[in-house]
Amino acid sequence: MSSVSLKTEFAGIKLNSPIMTASGTFGFGEEFEDFADFSTLGAIVVKGTTLEPRNGNRGIRIAETPAGMLNCIGLENPGVQFLVNEILPRIGKYNCPIIVNISGNTVEEYGELAKILDIDGVKAIELNVSCPNVKEGGIAFGVEPKSMVAVIKAAKKNTGKPVIIKLSPNVTDIAVMAKAAENAGADAVSLINTLIGMAIDINTCKPVLGNITGGLSGPAVKPVALRMVWQVRKAISLPIIGMGGIMNAQDAIEFFLAGADAVAIGTANFVEPDSTVKIYRDLKKYLEQKNLTDIRDLIGKLRT
Amino acid sequence: MTLHKHFLADGVIKRHEKIGTNDVYLLDINISANTEKFAAGQFVQLQVPDGEILLRRPLSIADAAGSNLILIYRVIGKGTKRLAKTSVGQKVSIMGPLGNGFDLACKKPLLVGGGLGIAPLLLLAKRFAGKADILMGCKNAEEMDWPLPLFKNIVKNTFITTDDGSMGMRGFVSEYLPEILTAESYDKIFVCGPEIMMRSSAEVAVRHGIICEVSLEKRMACGLGACLSCTIETKCGRKKVCKDGPVFESREVFF
Repeated sequence: MSSVSLKTEFAGIKLNSPIMTASGTFGFGEEFEDFADFSTLGAIVVKGTTLEPRNGNRGIRIAETPAGMLNCIGLENPGVQFLVNEILPRIGKYNCPIIVNISGNTVEEYGELAKILDIDGVKAIELNVSCPNVKEGGIAFGVEPKSMVAVIKAAKKNTGKPVIIKLSPNVTDIAVMAKAAENAGADAVSLINTLIGMAIDINTCKPVLGNITGGLSGPAVKPVALRMVWQVRKAISLPIIGMGGIMNAQDAIEFFLAGADAVAIGTANFVEPDSTVKIYRDLKKYLEQKNLTDIRDLIGKLRT
Repeated sequence: MTLHKHFLADGVIKRHEKIGTNDVYLLDINISANTEKFAAGQFVQLQVPDGEILLRRPLSIADAAGSNLILIYRVIGKGTKRLAKTSVGQKVSIMGPLGNGFDLACKKPLLVGGGLGIAPLLLLAKRFAGKADILMGCKNAEEMDWPLPLFKNIVKNTFITTDDGSMGMRGFVSEYLPEILTAESYDKIFVCGPEIMMRSSAEVAVRHGIICEVSLEKRMACGLGACLSCTIETKCGRKKVCKDGPVFESREVFF
């Protein structure tokens, strides 16, 4: 019997492991029923949710790139009421903490969503502040500290749940954003969201994606994500969910060493639907080999 | 809605050969799982065993017998180019069967295939055990080199069109379809091919008052209904090609 424990605590939530799923890559968990083992998952971060149902973007929504993929789904989701009434009751049976990723058009909408989701069956709220469709002149909430702070405050005021802010990598200095989030009262940060990119079809001379630009994810972004987690770890003391191109346990371990308290698996779910199970298994093996008994002994142990 | 039981495992390539002049390949994979319940029209997500291709490739199931799976593909992009280089004995990760297949309930079926869309009709023809007719269209006689022998002896009547008239009727399948539907009393048609061909064939079917099922193709990442890359607008709201399809009743998607 292995005495290694992957059990941990994140922002006051007890987790079976520090392995979560990244929003938008794991549906509502149900889609992966045949492959995942929910008892090994720390939390399911469900698909980004908005007040009203959203259809998402038209045209081609995905493009493969070297070691990555671009997407411009555009927050397609059935709306918060459907999530609360139909989906949450169904996925409660997994006995796995549910974190709801929310996205608003206005600061007030974040507050409203946080309030609606301040219910049993939701363990925490993750704020998606990279949505380009905002009221104030199209500046994304997540690339401007002032509006990001307003979003965090609106959410905090309306919920008793831990509020996680998902930081955008499309900024000059992510440590500045993390610091602002900490001062605004966020309970945790998650990073990174996708990097804005594009692909062009040279035969048609048109962009590949229907929305022209999209979010880059997958192994291609991992070095950037890792660097940002390391920078943010040094800047703040809030717990961190590290993500960006984690495909296997080795990648996950790199994020723990850089300072992530938990990791989220994203694009890997599309490639290997059982990747969270394999990462759990291999992470345990690694700890055994290193004679460590607790996953927390690994966090932030980068030797520089 | 019931979720199909999926498998995810390494299969072993038993046969891999070029069967068509136009870069069409046949891949026979032993997946050590019973394929008896695989429905015609379902697909699998295949991982190109290369390491450089990130996403799996959705490929329709052309045939399934015992624990063997036949996939037929054309080399068109980076992924299929790499796939064509794999050899017998090599392992390849397969996930499936995915999506919903064709609904076989009918008395006199007509299968209509265009180009590579003919491939999934092979398993469909087998499931109909010889009672189906097929209408297939290709660019020219040369491109008929792979489907013709495959369908020999598994369908009753074969009708052929080519764009250039080098074999069978000259023109598109949809141009020949009204004549066939008038001559014989089919009660359902099953179409797979380029979207424009499926759309025009479905129009003819609807005009003749015949139920028509089509198999759609869309870019997708997961194949499980999670990534939402393959969402389409239908008469009954937004649907996912991977999970709600790929087979739809034509009036639901072409309106």
